[in-house]
Amino acid sequence: MQHGKYRFIAGFLAVPLGLYSVFVIWPFLQTFFYSFTNWTGLSPEFEYVGFQNFELLWDDTVFRHALRNNIVLLIGLPVLTVFIALLFAFLLNVGGSGAGVRSIRGHGSYKLAFFLPQVLSVPVIALVWLAIFRSTPDGLANSALGAFGLGPYGWLADPAMALYCLLWVLIWGSVGFYLVLFNAAISSVPRDLFEAAFIDGAGRASTFFRVTMPLLWDTIQTSWVYLAILALDGYALVLIMTIGPGNPDSSTQVMALQIAQAGFENGKAGYASAMGVVMFLLTLVVAATLLRLTRRERIEY
Amino acid sequence: MNAPRPMPRRIFLRRAGLSALAVSGTVPLLANCASGGDEGDDEVSGGGEEQTEENPFGVSPSDPLSVVIFNGGYGEEYAKFHESIYQEEFPDATINHQAITDIRQKMQPKFASSEPPDVLDNAGAEQMPISTLADNGQLTDLTQLWEADALGFEGMTVQDTLHPIAIEAAEYAGKPYVMNYALQVYGIWYDQMLFDEKGWQPAQTWSEFQDLCETIKSAGIAPMAHQGKYPYYIQQVLMDMAVKHGGPEVVYAIDSLADGAWQHDSIRMAAEALLWIKDNGYMLEGTEGLDHIQSQTEWNKGEAAFIPSGSWLENEQAAVVAEVNPDFKTTVAPTPLLDGAVLPFESTRVEAAEAFIVPADAANQVGGLEYVRIMLSKDGARKFTELTSAPTVVNGAADGLDASPGLASSLALIESGGDDNWNYYYTIWYSPMRPKIETVVGELAAGRITADEFCDRCQDIADQTAADPTTQQRTRT
Repeated sequence: MQHGKYRFIAGFLAVPLGLYSVFVIWPFLQTFFYSFTNWTGLSPEFEYVGFQNFELLWDDTVFRHALRNNIVLLIGLPVLTVFIALLFAFLLNVGGSGAGVRSIRGHGSYKLAFFLPQVLSVPVIALVWLAIFRSTPDGLANSALGAFGLGPYGWLADPAMALYCLLWVLIWGSVGFYLVLFNAAISSVPRDLFEAAFIDGAGRASTFFRVTMPLLWDTIQTSWVYLAILALDGYALVLIMTIGPGNPDSSTQVMALQIAQAGFENGKAGYASAMGVVMFLLTLVVAATLLRLTRRERIEY
Repeated sequence: MNAPRPMPRRIFLRRAGLSALAVSGTVPLLANCASGGDEGDDEVSGGGEEQTEENPFGVSPSDPLSVVIFNGGYGEEYAKFHESIYQEEFPDATINHQAITDIRQKMQPKFASSEPPDVLDNAGAEQMPISTLADNGQLTDLTQLWEADALGFEGMTVQDTLHPIAIEAAEYAGKPYVMNYALQVYGIWYDQMLFDEKGWQPAQTWSEFQDLCETIKSAGIAPMAHQGKYPYYIQQVLMDMAVKHGGPEVVYAIDSLADGAWQHDSIRMAAEALLWIKDNGYMLEGTEGLDHIQSQTEWNKGEAAFIPSGSWLENEQAAVVAEVNPDFKTTVAPTPLLDGAVLPFESTRVEAAEAFIVPADAANQVGGLEYVRIMLSKDGARKFTELTSAPTVVNGAADGLDASPGLASSLALIESGGDDNWNYYYTIWYSPMRPKIETVVGELAAGRITADEFCDRCQDIADQTAADPTTQQRTRT
């Protein structure tokens, strides 16, 4: 029965693995290779320069800003998004008033409303929020706050606020998707588990932390990694929304944008490759750490 | 119920896939950039015909010509006109015309694989770093074009007809490599109608400007707006006031990455002037967060009196003006003079922009040279100005054209400034410096740093650039 099994499997895997090698693995290797050259990206000629690009990168203050900003996003985005999405999913499913465990009224329309941003493309989200965060007193957020005698604020024009404005937009754009994801996961948890908890006298908060979170741990872990990757990018929002882009005062610079600037605008593809290598290693470390730290025993139900 | 179990295969696969995703989520942007060996040569390709007065580069009449135009603010109509002249001259040639906006995306692979077009208009937000192309030897030396007869100008060479700033901007290591076609005039722009109605005059000196700001503000208008999202614009005011105060040596030092170039007294004074405008509330509120269209629209609506920009402004805002204020008369004024300025009031930054190049690897280099000669002919340049309302680098080509208010005031400033008009090149020569300096300008214009901090931070950036072993340092005198 086992006859020809491996040949059969290899036949199916050959094409996808081939494509993956050519379009993913090989460019990665090339990036490592180019990071040790002074290639401009514009001509076929280059020289090997050893670790020069990495030495320059070490002294690059803008890159340090970019790294810091990516780390702020890396912490803020997954924590807040997962928490908000999980809380909303929990409330939608078990937050209904009355006796027992029931979903709240209008459960479906809430889900739809929260999910809506997911349908919009990143540039559209960026433009919508750009109009809200307009820095003049007649901007949407400023005129709303002005009614309470607050502001006007600079929002994206203020170095102390700009990165958090971006973080907010990223969260706003992501919560809906994870809400639906967690909602599906919660629906697959047998109702009687929640009911048993309620009968045992657990309140909503302890049900959330002691029942919901542990049961959804696998899904949370997956979301965590996805969001971390999103946080390490941030290119499109920064490019469209921020001053400069990457400003004010480098407060919104991110690594992906700096790679594009160095590689394409400045003709320093070798240097950009070095940044790419650093970002690659960082992403690898982050993903591995997250998967390791969040590994827990699986709960079967 | 929760006994640990060996990891099921499904979960293992999912995790493996996740890690792969985690890694490939940041696929290097430089994926698939192939590179290989190449042979360098100085010979000019194409042609081979006899070099005559009509055909100075010996273009072979049947050789195809490929032209790539940046389809931006100036459109592509002017290029079609130039191509029609080329076609008349060489009826057997096939002309491949391409008008695109993403120059870098489309052209970078062509250059990297040595298959560039014969003429490229390297412009727009997606332009390729021109100084890198020049340093790599990827551009054709334009000396023979400069020395060829100019079309439509009796007894003059092409070089004789060009504005001095175009000749200056063309040069890398003493040789011309780039033909910048449009002459862009920078200044502070205002509505002539509004100023006439209120009886205001653009200020000539700094103290007059201070009084004017007060007058304008008391009329309920913000004296100045700027395109805060791109500090590049307000930087023009700062640089112009500094150079007019201290003379061209100020900008020569900056372009040469000289010690203390940014700490020059003239730069400091100009920075203080900018801070004064901000600190006294003469900037449009919130202008720091507006992009160019938003801020210029506020200005068109009469919310602000002055806005810094270049001579493309009138065209850029034409649709907005028609909608919000059809009587608007876009007019340029030079920046006011700081006390002790050495250059005259009627001079300003004039830039030769819209870089046309003939790549060294082009299949029909001589055809490319001939095409650029046609662009620089009196008819070719005149047509460009007619179609785009933008001046060209060809002296006198626009004489007698029916000019709009914006174009007329730009042309007048080119004329009145003469040899005192000036330009800077550090943003092109050392492109990584540009966004870093703009960051600091943005901080200054928002009033978050002092003039001294501004000078010191800019100088640090210049010093780092000079110390970077990958910087190709250049000097200006």
